[in-house]
Amino acid sequence: MQTAIRTKSLDNGMTLIAEEMPWLQSVSFSFSLLNGCCYDPDAREGMASFVSEMVQRGCGDFDSRAYIEQLDSLGVDYSSSVTVYHTHFNGSLPAARLSDTMQVYSDLLRRPRLPANQVEDARLVCMQEVRAIEDDLAQRVMLKLRERQYGNPLGRAIHGNEASISAINYDEIVAHYESMYQPYGAILGVAGNFEWERLCQEFESLFADWQPNPRSVIASTERTVGTCHIHHESQQTHIGLAFPSVTYSSPDYFLARGAVGVLSDGMSSRLFSEIREKRGLCYSVYASLHSLKDQGSVFSYVGTGVERAQQSLDVLYEQLTKLTDGITEPELDRLRIQIRSSLVMQQESSRSRVASISGDYFHLGYARSLNDINQKIQNLSVEDINEYLQKHPPQDFNLVTLGPTPLELPYALHAATTG
Amino acid sequence: MHYMQQQLDNGLTVQADLNPNAQSMAIGFFVRTGARDEPTEIGGVSHFLEHMVFKGTATRSPEDVNRQLDEMGSHSNARTGEDSTIYHSAVLPDFQTPIVELLADIMQPSLRDEDFEMEKQVIIEEIMMYDDQPPYGGYERIMSEFFGEHPLAQSVLGTVETVGNMTAEQMRQYYKERYSPDNICVAIAGKVDYDRLIRDLERTCGHWEPHRCIRQPRPAHTRKGFVVIDKAQSTQEYILQLTQGPSGNDQDRYAARLLTAILGDDCGSRMFWEFLDTGLADGAGMGTYEYDDAGVIMTYLSCQPDQAEENLERLQILQERILSQPVTARELELAKSKIASQIILASERTNSRMFSVGTQWLRNHTFKTPAEIAAIYDSITLEQIRAVAAKYDLTKNMTVVVGPKQDWSVT
Repeated sequence: MQTAIRTKSLDNGMTLIAEEMPWLQSVSFSFSLLNGCCYDPDAREGMASFVSEMVQRGCGDFDSRAYIEQLDSLGVDYSSSVTVYHTHFNGSLPAARLSDTMQVYSDLLRRPRLPANQVEDARLVCMQEVRAIEDDLAQRVMLKLRERQYGNPLGRAIHGNEASISAINYDEIVAHYESMYQPYGAILGVAGNFEWERLCQEFESLFADWQPNPRSVIASTERTVGTCHIHHESQQTHIGLAFPSVTYSSPDYFLARGAVGVLSDGMSSRLFSEIREKRGLCYSVYASLHSLKDQGSVFSYVGTGVERAQQSLDVLYEQLTKLTDGITEPELDRLRIQIRSSLVMQQESSRSRVASISGDYFHLGYARSLNDINQKIQNLSVEDINEYLQKHPPQDFNLVTLGPTPLELPYALHAATTG
Repeated sequence: MHYMQQQLDNGLTVQADLNPNAQSMAIGFFVRTGARDEPTEIGGVSHFLEHMVFKGTATRSPEDVNRQLDEMGSHSNARTGEDSTIYHSAVLPDFQTPIVELLADIMQPSLRDEDFEMEKQVIIEEIMMYDDQPPYGGYERIMSEFFGEHPLAQSVLGTVETVGNMTAEQMRQYYKERYSPDNICVAIAGKVDYDRLIRDLERTCGHWEPHRCIRQPRPAHTRKGFVVIDKAQSTQEYILQLTQGPSGNDQDRYAARLLTAILGDDCGSRMFWEFLDTGLADGAGMGTYEYDDAGVIMTYLSCQPDQAEENLERLQILQERILSQPVTARELELAKSKIASQIILASERTNSRMFSVGTQWLRNHTFKTPAEIAAIYDSITLEQIRAVAAKYDLTKNMTVVVGPKQDWSVT
């Protein structure tokens, strides 16, 4: 798992981070601009998504059709997304066409046409996304859970709402673009088959004269703790349960990751075994560790038919809290090999490597190599993880349920019956 | 990279796409059985059986199976479709022999009563989960309406009733009939010691008793129509359409896939410009699905209920225009470029290569490398695209709409 990860930073605050994978025919890239939904003005939630939709409607010499044709003719498999801190523009393509593709993306970021006559179309696109989420019940539960766990603005809904999208006008879009599409804090990740020297030259010539407008990463605010129910006449009750954890940059991160791995990685993990295999309570159950810049959380989910939903929640809660009793050596052994295996397989995918190195750079200011990560995982000990769990027991839970009837956390039920 | 193929004496096929430079290996047991092979009263048995295969053997408990898959760091899963059931794992090459031994063993499952009853609840949860998700059973309904008496009409998941009433004995009988070695292929890709693979397979699968297992191809007499499913709780309206397309053995399939990419790819296609760029729909697209003896072209669209009727009309105009405004050389060139790029990206993943090998066996194809497949796409002419567009008339379709809208004027 030996590869070179190199970085080059420009004076304007933009950084290139790249990992060479010369055995591949492809290359993948990811632009991460520090203008995610947490920077949306109040009452204009969804602005970052709206602006991202607008910048992809023509740039430089290309109108909106010519822009998409250009990417198609280069064979770029592209996408864009807005996250809490960033707007991302990603793509994978045959290696030889990277230079031409970088040209297109520098136009997109720096010279979008923002056609005024397409604002209403773009607004409808944003509205459709808001509406489509309404039908994704599992996602709705997890979005509500995030909102409560991280507060405003870090937990807010990325796509905004119908009122906020309706309120955004063209001048605001242009103003948002002008202040937020800038190089300070921006990351260009590249992984796959490329020539480093040439990539550096192109990076410099395309972005060095881009004027910065520095901004800081927004800090977390107060979270809401407790229980929340969304009424919906569904077949299953969808359950989301979260508790605070550590950040990706914390020295304890891999200890927390190990504990969540025991809960949820693989078919012999505790949640899969206890909730699905032994009790037949669900089809889908998981827990995952998520990190903002200054706080982390474990988010767990289970979906179960209405009648057995309380039982599912009880077992989920029991398994989360039982972590403090400790994990075992065989559990950690399985996790070590599973993670090693995943890391090796990442070498077959320029796309997954570029996501890792870009994310690492944002959180850490450097990227962990596959070897580093593997070493950290192999060095974990049961004692260290158990000590961590003693110090950071799962607690301060946030519960969101969606279904015909509300559920209660077991301790709340217990408190109610014992008065 | 080189391709190897052979058959054990009992009829089990082995096909491998070997790559000594890969870092991992992937293996799949492809069984030529699925929903279409099921007696209707036990609808969903193939998929339920796929779950039960992980529930233990004569020498392994269900916990043993799950634990050992994790101890190898394997990425394992299974999937069931209308005409196939596939069990697959990706592992590091160190685990070649153990993964072959484990998968070979679980392909002879115990199908114990108590495990059967427990897993039945998981399957029912899965059915309920899909009932809560768009398009809320619309896919099952349109397959059933379109194919009518043809076995492809049968649902992969089955229903709460068919699964609820099923007995372990019925499943054991189905298993006995369908899991014959001459109906199974072991597909392999990546860094593999091929000679050892064959020795391991001889040892672990060589004793499986074959009994001639065949599937009779059936001509599909498909149907047209318009069906409304009321789903008041849904926010959006979901529109599905099926029309005939080339089967998995029809040479037209490459041209048909290019045509559907031109019309219905999620970016840059005619449907994209009509519905997605304009915000008239949140989802819109088209794709081909191929089976042994039939094929379909599926069109889908999701949008606000009050725009659904108008969108359906726009869709029909777009479908009619394929003949009056034929595909241009530029459209074909862009679609080819996209597909060529997708083939390169997929060929870098050992798991995708294993799926390619196994899927080619399912369709009785002579093995083709990714480069050979790319060359076929590259050779398709505008004339072939036009011929396919004329042959498969998208306007003559079965349409199913699901959502809150009830007052449709089209019927």
